[in-house]
Amino acid sequence: MGKSENIIELIDVKKVYDGDTVAVEKFNLEVKKGEFVTFLGPSGCGKTTTLRMIAGFELPTSGQILLNGEDISNLPPNKRPVNTVFQKYALFPHLNVYENIAFGLRLKRVEATFRNDKGDSYTKKIKLTKAEIDKKVKKALEIVDLEGFEKRSVSTLSGGQQQRIAIARAIVNEPEILLLDEPLGALDLKMRKEMQIELKNMHKRLGITFIYVTHDQEEALTMSDKIVVINDGDIQQIGTPTEIYNEPVNTFVADFIGESNIFNGTVVGKLKVKFCGATFDCLDDYEINQLVDVVVRPEDIKICPVGEGQLKGKVISSVFKGVHYEITVGIGKYEITIQSTQTAPVGGMIGMRIEPDGIHLMQKVYTVNKYDGVITKTNAVEFGDGEFECDVTQLYKGSHLDEEGYLITAEGEKIDLTGVAVDVEVDTHDIIMTDDKDAGGAQGNIISMIYKGDHYRYIVRTEENEEDYVLSCPDLWNTGDLVGIIIPKDKIKLSLKPAEGENAR
Amino acid sequence: MKKLRFNRSQLCIPYAVFLILFVIAPLIVIVYYAFTNGQGHITFKNFASFFSSTNTLGTLLYSFSLAIVTTLVCLVIAYPTAYILARSNFKKKYVLLMLFILPMWINFTLRITALKEVLSVLEGNISKFPFLNSVIGMTYDFLPFMILPLYTSLLKLDKSLLEAASDLGANKLTVFLRVTLPLSVPGIISGMTMVLLPSMTNYVVLDMLYNSTYIMGSLIGSYFSAYDWNNGSLISLVLLVIIFIVTLVTNRFSDEDSNGRGALL
Repeated sequence: MGKSENIIELIDVKKVYDGDTVAVEKFNLEVKKGEFVTFLGPSGCGKTTTLRMIAGFELPTSGQILLNGEDISNLPPNKRPVNTVFQKYALFPHLNVYENIAFGLRLKRVEATFRNDKGDSYTKKIKLTKAEIDKKVKKALEIVDLEGFEKRSVSTLSGGQQQRIAIARAIVNEPEILLLDEPLGALDLKMRKEMQIELKNMHKRLGITFIYVTHDQEEALTMSDKIVVINDGDIQQIGTPTEIYNEPVNTFVADFIGESNIFNGTVVGKLKVKFCGATFDCLDDYEINQLVDVVVRPEDIKICPVGEGQLKGKVISSVFKGVHYEITVGIGKYEITIQSTQTAPVGGMIGMRIEPDGIHLMQKVYTVNKYDGVITKTNAVEFGDGEFECDVTQLYKGSHLDEEGYLITAEGEKIDLTGVAVDVEVDTHDIIMTDDKDAGGAQGNIISMIYKGDHYRYIVRTEENEEDYVLSCPDLWNTGDLVGIIIPKDKIKLSLKPAEGENAR
Repeated sequence: MKKLRFNRSQLCIPYAVFLILFVIAPLIVIVYYAFTNGQGHITFKNFASFFSSTNTLGTLLYSFSLAIVTTLVCLVIAYPTAYILARSNFKKKYVLLMLFILPMWINFTLRITALKEVLSVLEGNISKFPFLNSVIGMTYDFLPFMILPLYTSLLKLDKSLLEAASDLGANKLTVFLRVTLPLSVPGIISGMTMVLLPSMTNYVVLDMLYNSTYIMGSLIGSYFSAYDWNNGSLISLVLLVIIFIVTLVTNRFSDEDSNGRGALL
């Protein structure tokens, strides 16, 4: 075996569409032979793009894709030992089931050794014989449990059967890697569960490497050996299903995989963290006084008599969910969700206990928004696809503005600030969203929201240059809402860019 | 106000009236004339004389070959054009499409007259190449009818099928031959039907190009202008039967893909 047992390796892969839309960036991944790897992420996160680059339908803008150590980045799809199961099956409507499955086999050339008249042997690429094709098609139909369907027209098959034919059509070629692009997305729930198990079994039996794309976290957790969580074109976390679920690296992963309670916390001592007004022991080591995101899974919170646990609160609601109750408890201004097999009377007080291994601390990703800005003619500042009024006198200590709009420094020097590049910082708490999209300095759509116990953290993205505003807000908005962004004049912190930065602009 | 109420079957009355007046009645008249002589006696003489005269049979053959050559020429020009229009990322492709459709907005006689002038400049004496000129004239006239159905059928071709084919090991040529071409057959069929049938009868093009040759349409025209309704009707009937057979055959082909018929303009 070569230097590694990685069947496929993606190195720094980047894909840019139409010159400026970045779909995938800094994508580094190693897949071992025989693994079942799942790309998991919300729609539009770049997971399908990555799969299509492995299949060869898209070429990476930069970076390398190695198959068994060889660079295949620019190989066309028909030259790659990789087959794809498409989201909408893509069965050929003009061919019957047999011909669909045999499509790849008929194009396949295998090396065979011959002997010429003089007795020398030579190799030649030949087609598969009819009997060989027959045998393979039959075997593939057996694997997907559709024996006897050879003569059927594909349009007479149900969605689930078409899906199986699509799988048979791909595996019959004995690819080194099977790519599956949300293959179960179009099936109903019951069928999907069945197919999940069957696919998993098929993977075990065939020993082929599977790369599977889905936005369904449950599907990913059920089937995979390794999950790659992707958001916004970036890999968030790579790990086994248990690692991803139990040790999410950031709030995105925690929120996307399963249910989570997410709070803002502060580290108050060695392995001690404070949130929801109480102090807890934890297992993650952070510096004292650091602000962290705290993630607690609903099933890790245990109900106990009042006064025994670290927390106490009033039960707001209790909903029966089959296996467990989902209980919402109010603790002061915070809200916490608990999953428990026992219920609690609504309106009553309960105590809650969280063990140290149930508390996950994460470095805060966003505490402050930073932008590159430019001062305009009217002494406002332009950044993040918007224009905001600001106090430019903070750029020079002791300065003031004269009536013509020039800045007079403490030394009496007169400066025209128009066009000056500045660094802009705005705290997440200081950005306000408004329904009136034109009222603020900028406008954008809410692309993400995470509940943090007593407030929501939103990310608003502008349409033009996809600038992000991260902000906290106690009110509930909807993802996708178009909102105006208001920042109070005194909350915008400006600083001059370092000299070399100015030249760069 | 009194409410007007129709049930479904009543709604088809206008259509039925139209059909009876302008399709069924004329058909009956044609059948009647075809099998009677000038005195109104039932006879098969018209029928016999059509199939025994080398003149009429020759015209039938000539029309057929002219129509088939025209259709093939149209197909050869239209397929690559439609393919480029439907599949390429060429930014100006709608301009290209308009260039092919635009002549349809200009009056037909005006177009052919213009073509005649161009041809006489190129060929000197245009009566020297009657067959070639007829093919050119009809191709010019009927090309859009071939392009449009092909364009629609190639446009709605699911791109993932092409990806699937190349994923399974097909190179670009194989993808075209084994997926694109078979799936555009409904478009080819409806385009061919729309060109073949009119080009058998459209003698106006030939007349305007000072053509001395006869096709089926001109034959009917000449009988009718000599007030020989009986022979004229018989030839119309023969054409009708031919068209009927062609339609039957082509329908059989396109029925294999039941949603392929939508390609008609």
